[in-house]
Amino acid sequence: MFRLKLVPANTNIPFIGMRNITFALSGALTLASIVLYLTAGLNYGIDFRGGTMIEIGTEAATDVARVRTIVSGLGLGDVQAQTFGSDNAVLIRLEQSADGQQQQAVADVKAALDKEYGAPVSYRRIEVVGPKVSSDLVNAGILAVLLAVAAMLIYVWFRFEWQFGVGSVIALVHDVAMTIGIFSLLQLEFNLAIIAAILTIVGYSMNDTVVVYDRVRENLRKYKKMPLEELLNLAINETLSRTTMTSFTTLLALIVMFIFGGEVIRGFTFAMIWGIFIGTYSSIFVAAPFLMLVGVKRDWSGNSAVGEKN
Amino acid sequence: MLHFARWKIAVIFILLAGCLVIAAPNLLSSETLARLPDWMPKQQINLGLDLQGGSHLLLEVDVKAVTQERLQSLTEEVRAALRKERIGYKKLGVRDGVLNVEVRESGQFDSALARIKELNAGGVAVLGIIGGETPELEINSPAPDLIEVRLSEDALIRRRTSAVQQSIEIVRRRIDELGNREATIQRQGEDRILVQVPGLDNPERLKELLGKTAKLSFRLLDLTVSAAEAKAGRVPIGSDILPSDEPGSPEFVVRKQIMVSGENLVDAQPSTDSQTSEPVVNFRFDTIGGKRFAEVTKANIGKPFAIVLDGRVVSAPVIRSAILGGSGQISGSFTFQEANDLAILLRAGALPAPLLIIEERTVGAELGADSIRDGRVAAMIGFVAVAIYMVLSYGLFGMFANISLVMNVLLISAALTVLQSTLTLPGIAGIVLTMGMAVDANVLIYERIREELGNGKTPISAVQAGFDRAYSTILDANITTFIATAIMFQVGSGPVRGFAVTLMIGVVTSVYTAVTVTRFIITQYLRRRRPSQISV
Repeated sequence: MFRLKLVPANTNIPFIGMRNITFALSGALTLASIVLYLTAGLNYGIDFRGGTMIEIGTEAATDVARVRTIVSGLGLGDVQAQTFGSDNAVLIRLEQSADGQQQQAVADVKAALDKEYGAPVSYRRIEVVGPKVSSDLVNAGILAVLLAVAAMLIYVWFRFEWQFGVGSVIALVHDVAMTIGIFSLLQLEFNLAIIAAILTIVGYSMNDTVVVYDRVRENLRKYKKMPLEELLNLAINETLSRTTMTSFTTLLALIVMFIFGGEVIRGFTFAMIWGIFIGTYSSIFVAAPFLMLVGVKRDWSGNSAVGEKN
Repeated sequence: MLHFARWKIAVIFILLAGCLVIAAPNLLSSETLARLPDWMPKQQINLGLDLQGGSHLLLEVDVKAVTQERLQSLTEEVRAALRKERIGYKKLGVRDGVLNVEVRESGQFDSALARIKELNAGGVAVLGIIGGETPELEINSPAPDLIEVRLSEDALIRRRTSAVQQSIEIVRRRIDELGNREATIQRQGEDRILVQVPGLDNPERLKELLGKTAKLSFRLLDLTVSAAEAKAGRVPIGSDILPSDEPGSPEFVVRKQIMVSGENLVDAQPSTDSQTSEPVVNFRFDTIGGKRFAEVTKANIGKPFAIVLDGRVVSAPVIRSAILGGSGQISGSFTFQEANDLAILLRAGALPAPLLIIEERTVGAELGADSIRDGRVAAMIGFVAVAIYMVLSYGLFGMFANISLVMNVLLISAALTVLQSTLTLPGIAGIVLTMGMAVDANVLIYERIREELGNGKTPISAVQAGFDRAYSTILDANITTFIATAIMFQVGSGPVRGFAVTLMIGVVTSVYTAVTVTRFIITQYLRRRRPSQISV
C-alpha cells in the first residue's frame, strides 16, 4: 500500500559521528547571532521601543511618499511610512515621546490626514506605547523566556538526569539565539508577538528533544552494553520518522497561516516556522550529541519511568 | 487491548454531544441567536479586541498630583495656623514633596511646632478609611527654626489606593455615560487602570473624556489687582492667575478659596440658553452646595465670580441677584458636543488625579473583520492540508487520526466558549498550530506501531504496545509545551495571552483525543474487522 514517507523506514544515519561538524556549525552560528545582536541589534517594534504605529487604509492605492511628507511636516520627530500587506494600506510609525504628548501626536496625524484625504481614510489600527509600558514589556519578555528555559531545565532534570536537563537547555539557548539572530540579520520587527513565538519554539523544541531523550533512556535500559555513540544514533534514527513527520505537519499548518493568515501576524508565523526548523535540528544535532560529550549513567535498572507498563 | 471500559466510551460520546451543543452557537449569526428560544445555548466565543475591533487603553493615575495637592492645601493650613497665633514665618512652600517653613523668631519655634503638630490629628480620617491609626504627617526639624513636614509612607499608600479606586469608579461612570455597556475596567498593578472597550471605531471622544480631570469650582474674582499687574509679579497671596476661555480676557485673577465645588453637584444636563440659543450646561447643587451658593451670591451681588474647570476659567459672569434655587447654568463658547461632554463629566464626577494614557491599542472593526476572515481561511486550509497529509502517510489510520482531530477542534471551540476566554488573532494561529502539533501524539503512536509490526508482532499486540510505549513520551513532550504556554499566559498580555490560552487548551485536548479517542476508534476497527494484518 502506498505510504508517503519523508525518510525511509529504517535509517542508520551516523548523526553522532557528525557531531564535530554540527557542534562547530551550531557554535559558529550561535556566535554569529550574538555578534549580530550586539552590532546590528534588533529592529524593535513599538512594544519594546515605545512610540506610535498607525495603520491607515484608503480606497484607492495609497501614495506612501505623500503620507510620509504630510506626517513628517508635523514636527513629530522621526517618521517612517511603508505599505502594509496591500497597496491600500500604509503603516506609519512615530518615534517615542513623553507619555502625554503621544496622544496629541496621534490626534495631529489624524487631523492632517483627514484634511488631505477627506473622508475615505480609515484608521485600521492605532497603537501607542509609552516609555513606562515599553520598559515593563521588555522586562516581562526577558523574564518569560528565562522562566520558560529554567522550568524546562527543572522538568527534564526531574524526569531524566542532569545531563539531559543541561543538554536540552543548551539546545533551547541555541534555538533562542538563532531566532534572535535571524531577526537581527533580516532586521524584521521584533515585538511582543515574537516573544510569544520564541516561547512556543521553546515548548516545541523541548517537545522534540524529550521524544529523542525518551528513546535514549529506553535504549539505555534495553541495551546495557551498547556503546553510547551507537545507542544515541539508534535512538535518533528510530525517532527520525516521527521527528520529521511532526515537524512537517506543524510546518504545513504554519506555512498555511503564513500565507493566508494576514499581514498582522506574518512576523509571528515566520518566527515559528524558523523555530520549528531550528528546534528540530537542535534536538538531533545539539541535544542528543551533547550526551556523548558528558556521558550518562549506564545503570538504569530500578529506575522505571511513569507510564512505562511493560 | 480490545476491551474498552464502558465509562470511557460514555465519556467520549457525552463529551462529543456536549461540545457540539456548546460550540454550535458559534456558527450562527447574532441575529439568528437572538431569535432562538431561551433554553437553547447562546454563548459564543468571546472575541478579542483585535478581532472585533475596539480600544485597549492603559491609564496611569498621576499619584504625585494627589500628594502635591494635599501638600498645597496643607501649606494653606499651616499659613492659617501660624497667622492665627501671630507667629512670624518665612520661606513657606513645598519643595520636592516636602513642606518647609522657617520661623522668624526662635522664641516662637516651640509654639509653631505645636500648632503644626495639631494639624496632624485626624488628617487621615479625611480619607474615610477605617484603621487609619498612624499619623498622616511626619514632622521634623532638621535645623534650628526650620520645620519640615512630609506625608508618611502609610498616608502615601492610602492616598494612592483611594485615588486609584476612585478613579476606576469615575472612569466607569464616564464610560457608562457614553452608553457603552460592554467595557471592562480593571485595576492593573499599583497605579494603573486597564480600560477595554469593544466595538469602538473612533476612540478620540472616549480618550478626551478620560483625559479630563473635571475639577469644577466656583470662586470669586480678586478685583484688587488687574490681570496685567498680577502677571507682572504682584499676585496677591490667596489668589491665582488662571487662563480663561472667555473671549476678550485671556487671564483672570481668581481667589484660591472655593465657594462651592463640583462635588456638590447632583445633576448636570446640556441645554440651550433660552435667550442666546447657545449651548449651555444646566446644573443643580445638593442641599449643602445650594445653601452655600445662596449665601455667597447674596453677599456678593454685583461682583463677578469665576467658574473654573481644571484650572481654566470657563466663564466669569457677574452675580446679578442671589441665586437661591440651588441650580445654575454654565455658559461658555461651547459647541453642543462640548456642552454635552461637560455635562457628562460633571455628572460622573471629578477624578482625584489626572489620568495619563500610557498605552493605546485600537483596532478598527474593518481590520478585525479582515483578520477573522484570514484566520478562518487559514484554519480551514491548514486543517485540510494536515488531514490529507495524514492519510497519505498512514492510510486508514491517518483517517482515524483525522477523526480525532475534528473532535479536537470541536473540544477547543467548546472550551473557549465555556471558559469565555478571549480568542485573539494569535489565538487563531494557536489553533492552527495546535492542529499541526495535535497529530504529533498520533504520529508517535503510529510510528511505534510500525516498529512493533516490524518486530513481527500481531496487529493487536502491536497496537497495544504502540499506545502503551508512546504514552509516557506523549505526556513528557506535552507537559513541556504546557509549561512554556503557562508561563506565556502568566507574563503575557492581550493578544499573546489569547494565544497562550488556545495553546494550553489545545495541548490538553489533543492529548485526550489522540490517545483516548483514536484508541477507541482503532479498537472498534480491530474488533469488527479482525484484520489479520494492518498497514500503518
